[in-house]
Amino acid sequence: MKELLGTKGLLLNEPLLWEKGKKGRRGFSLPPRDVGSFPVEKELAGEGPDFPDLSEIDVVRHYTRLSQWNFGVDTGMYPLGSCTMKYNPKTNEKQAGLPGLSGGHPLLPASLSQGGLRLMFELEKHLAEITGMDATTLQPAAGAHGDLTGMLLIHAFHKSKGAQRSKIIIPDTAHGTNPASAVLCGYKPVPVSSNEKGILSVEAISQVVDEDTAGIMITNPNTLGLFEENITEIARMVHSKGGLVYCDGANLNAVMGVVKMGEIGVDVMHLNLHKTFSTPHGGGGPGSGPVCVKNHLEPFLPAPRVVEEGGRYVLSEDYPESVGKVLAFYGNFGVMVKAYSYILSMGPENLKKASQLAVLNANYVKEKLKGTLHLPYDRPCMHECVFSDKYQMTNKVATLDMAKRLMDYGFHPPTVYFPLVVHGAIMVEPTETESMEDLDQFIEAFKAVAKEAQEDPDLLYEAPRNCKVRRLDETTAARKPCLAG
Amino acid sequence: MRYLPHTNEDIASMLQAVGVKDLDALFSTVPEDCRLNGDLDLPGPLSEWELNHHMETLSSMMAVGPEYKVYIGAGSYEHFIPASVSYLLGRSEFVTSYTPYQPEMSQGTLQAIYEYQTLITRLLGMEVATASHYDGATALAESLLMAIRSTKRTKVAVSSLIHPLYRRVVRTYFEPTGYEVLELPYLKEGVTDLAGLKEINDLAAVAIQSPNFFGCIEELQETAQEAHDKGALFVVSFTEAIAYGLLKNPGGQGADIVCGEGQSLGIPRAFGGPGLGILASKKKFMRSLPGRLVGQTKDLDGKRGFVLTLATREQHIRREKATSNICTNNSLCALAAAMYMASLGGTGMRELACLNHDKTEYLKAELMGAGFRISFERPTFNEFVVKFPPSFEDTYNRLLEKGIVAGLPLAPYYPELADHYLLCVTEIISREDMDTLVREVKS
Repeated sequence: MKELLGTKGLLLNEPLLWEKGKKGRRGFSLPPRDVGSFPVEKELAGEGPDFPDLSEIDVVRHYTRLSQWNFGVDTGMYPLGSCTMKYNPKTNEKQAGLPGLSGGHPLLPASLSQGGLRLMFELEKHLAEITGMDATTLQPAAGAHGDLTGMLLIHAFHKSKGAQRSKIIIPDTAHGTNPASAVLCGYKPVPVSSNEKGILSVEAISQVVDEDTAGIMITNPNTLGLFEENITEIARMVHSKGGLVYCDGANLNAVMGVVKMGEIGVDVMHLNLHKTFSTPHGGGGPGSGPVCVKNHLEPFLPAPRVVEEGGRYVLSEDYPESVGKVLAFYGNFGVMVKAYSYILSMGPENLKKASQLAVLNANYVKEKLKGTLHLPYDRPCMHECVFSDKYQMTNKVATLDMAKRLMDYGFHPPTVYFPLVVHGAIMVEPTETESMEDLDQFIEAFKAVAKEAQEDPDLLYEAPRNCKVRRLDETTAARKPCLAG
Repeated sequence: MRYLPHTNEDIASMLQAVGVKDLDALFSTVPEDCRLNGDLDLPGPLSEWELNHHMETLSSMMAVGPEYKVYIGAGSYEHFIPASVSYLLGRSEFVTSYTPYQPEMSQGTLQAIYEYQTLITRLLGMEVATASHYDGATALAESLLMAIRSTKRTKVAVSSLIHPLYRRVVRTYFEPTGYEVLELPYLKEGVTDLAGLKEINDLAAVAIQSPNFFGCIEELQETAQEAHDKGALFVVSFTEAIAYGLLKNPGGQGADIVCGEGQSLGIPRAFGGPGLGILASKKKFMRSLPGRLVGQTKDLDGKRGFVLTLATREQHIRREKATSNICTNNSLCALAAAMYMASLGGTGMRELACLNHDKTEYLKAELMGAGFRISFERPTFNEFVVKFPPSFEDTYNRLLEKGIVAGLPLAPYYPELADHYLLCVTEIISREDMDTLVREVKS
C-alpha cells in the first residue's frame, strides 16, 4: 500500500458550552428597540434560561473544533450499508438556501406560494415516474415516518372495505423500523425467514399469508443486497388473499430506471430522499420519506395535496377518505428542494447510470474482498454486499474490531451487525460516487486490517488510535445515564 | 455527469473484475418480467447554470421579506438568524455525516447534541430532552402515546387551543390505535376550559399549549394540579420557543412532558419544514422516551466522550417492542438550535423575548387605539387575535397586493371566529412597519 489515507493531525480540545463564556458577552446582533417597554405580569415572568453568554468568536471556534471531530462523506468514503451515503451536491444546498425557497411561510395564500407548490407538484410526479406508481405524498419526514404513513394507508384501505385485518408479514431481513411502524397501527408483525439464497420464497409466504393478512412489507432489493426475485409471484399471492404489498424503498438506489416497483405488484412504497436522491443526512436528519401509491390507495393519502388548476397550483383539502396529516405542514420542503435539484441535474439517463454504477461498485468490492472476508451469499449483489467475520473469529477478532481499525485507515466503517440473519455482518454500500481508485484504497485497507487480525490482533482490539477519543464505555453510559450537563 | 467519477476505462476494467460483459448484465438476478422496458420520462439533465436559472424563477414566485411584511406566525415564525449560525451549520463535517453510530468518528455531532439536550432542559425547566423529533406536531403525538404507555390508560384530553394542525396529526396517529382523544373547549378569555376534565375517567394525559394558538398564556400551574388530581400526566406543547426567554418555564409549573416546535431557534421557515420537534420530560420517564438520546461517558483512557445511549428503547434493537418507530430525526436542525441558543446566551434570549413581547404589545395597543377589538383579554406573547369588521376581506386582499399579509384568518380553523385574524409580530417587524399596517387596515 502506498501512503495510508488515515493519519494523525492536530485536533483541538474544546470544553462544553457552559464551561466557557462570561456574563455580559454576546454573539448576536439584536435589532434596535423602537418601541417602549410593556412589562409582562409578574406572576407570568420567569427568570430566563440559564445559558452561557458567549461572544461570536467563542461560538465560531466551538463549532469549528467540534466539526473537526466528525467524519462526513465530504471527508472520505462512508460505505455504510443501507444508508446510501453518496456525494451530496453543493448546488442543491445553494438552491435550498434561495430566499424564496428557504423563507416562505407555509400558511400564505396559494397565490403567494406558487414556486413552492409547483416544485412539490413536479417532484411528486417525478417520484411517481421513477417508481412506476400513480400518486405521491411528500409529507412524511423520514423513512420510518414513510413506513408509518404506508401502514396508515393500508389500515385505511381495509377499514374502507369494512373489515380490518390484524397481521403484517415482515421478513427477518427487514429494518427495525418496519415492525415498529406496523405495531403503531395496531398490526401484529408476522416474521418470515429468507431462504438459503437470502431471498423470500413463495412457499414461505404461502405458509403465513391468509385472509387476516393486511399486507406484507418487502425491502427490495433486500438488506442482504439481493433482489427479491419472487416478488411478482409473492405479490400475486398476497393480493389473492386481499392483502397489500408495501415496499420499503430504502434501497431504491440499486434500481432506478431498471425496475419500476409499481409494475411488479407493489401497491405502496416509501423513498428516502436523504439516501437515493442525494440530500445530506445531517448527522441524523432532517430526511424526507415520500410515499408513492397505486390508484386504489390515492384517496387515503395525507392532506392537503397540491393540485393544478389551469396552470395555477393550490392546496386541496377535499379528500374525505384521507388518513389525515402526519406532519404539521407539507413535509420537509427544504429537503425536497435538494432532491428536486438532483433529479433535474441528473436527468433520466444519469439516474439509471447512477444505479448501474452503484451496483458495479458493490459487485467490484464483493469480488475483491471475498477471499479476505467470508461472503455468506455468494451471488451477484445489487448496490451493497454483506460479509461476515467468520474467518477472523478464528483469531478472536470480531466485526467490531475490524470496523474500529478501519477508522485508523481513514474510512468510515460499513454497517455492522445488520442484517440480523448474518452473524457478525459487515454490510458494505459503496454508492456510485466512489471512483475505482477510492474503492481500491478501501479494499487494500480492509485486506491490511484482515492481515493484522491474523498477525497482531491487539492492533484491532486497541483501535481506533487516530480518532479524537478511543473506544467509549457504552455500558456505563446506559447503566448510569448522564443526558444533560 | 460530474457526480459520477467512472471513466469508460474504469467501467471496462471493473466489469472484467466482476466477470460480466456490460452494465446491464449486472442485473442478471432481476427476472426479465421485472425489468423496465424503455426510459424514465423525466426532464433534464440541466447544467448547473440552467438549474440556477430555473430555481431562481421558482424562488421568485414566493412571497418573502423584505418585500413582503408577513404578520403570520401560527407555528412558523420569522426570526433573525445570525450569519455565524448559517455559516457554521454549513460545515460539511456536520452536514454530510450519518447518525453517529460510530461514536469515535462522530464526537462533533455527539457533543453538540448533548449540549443541545442540556440547553433545552434549561429552557423548559425539564430534566431530560431527546436528540430531536420531526416537528412540534409529531412530538406531541409521540408524547401522548408515551403518556398512555406510562400510565397504562386509554384516553387523552387535548386543549382545543393547541395548534389545529397539531391536533390533526394527533388524530391521525391515534386513529388506528383505539385510544381516545377528547378535546377541551376554550373560555371567552382565550384559555382552555378545564371544567370538563372532572367527567373523564381513565385519563392518561392532559395536554395544553402555552402560549396557545391564540397567543394567550395559559394557567399551567392550575392545569398541572387538575391533571395530577386525575392521576394523568401533564403535557405542555408549544409552537414558539422564544417565549420561554421571558415566561416561566413549564417544568417549574408541574409539566411531566414538554413538547413543541423549535423552528424559532435559528431555523428558516422553509415553507413549513424541516422544523425541529422538541421533546423533554422528567427523569422518571427517561426509559419510555421515544427517539435518540446522547449520553456522556468515558473512553479507554478515561477521557470524556459521548455516545448514543439507552438504545434498548429503539426500533433497531427492540423492533416491534420499541418505544417508537423513529430512526432518522432532525439532528441538523437541533444543531442549528444549539448554535442559535449559544449565540444568544441567557442574556440575549431574555432581551430577544422581551423585544418580541413589547413589539406585539405596541401593535395591539395601536390597533385598539384605531378602534379594533382584541378578541381575547388574556396576556399574550408575540401573537394575538383581533376582530376586524365583516368587510375586512376586501381590505385584506388589497393589502396582499401592497405586500402586506395582515394575519391569518381563523375561520377555517375555528368556524365560530369569522372575521377574527391571528396576528404575529417578531423582532424583524419595525415600528414603522406596524404603523403602516395600522394605517392601512383603518383606511
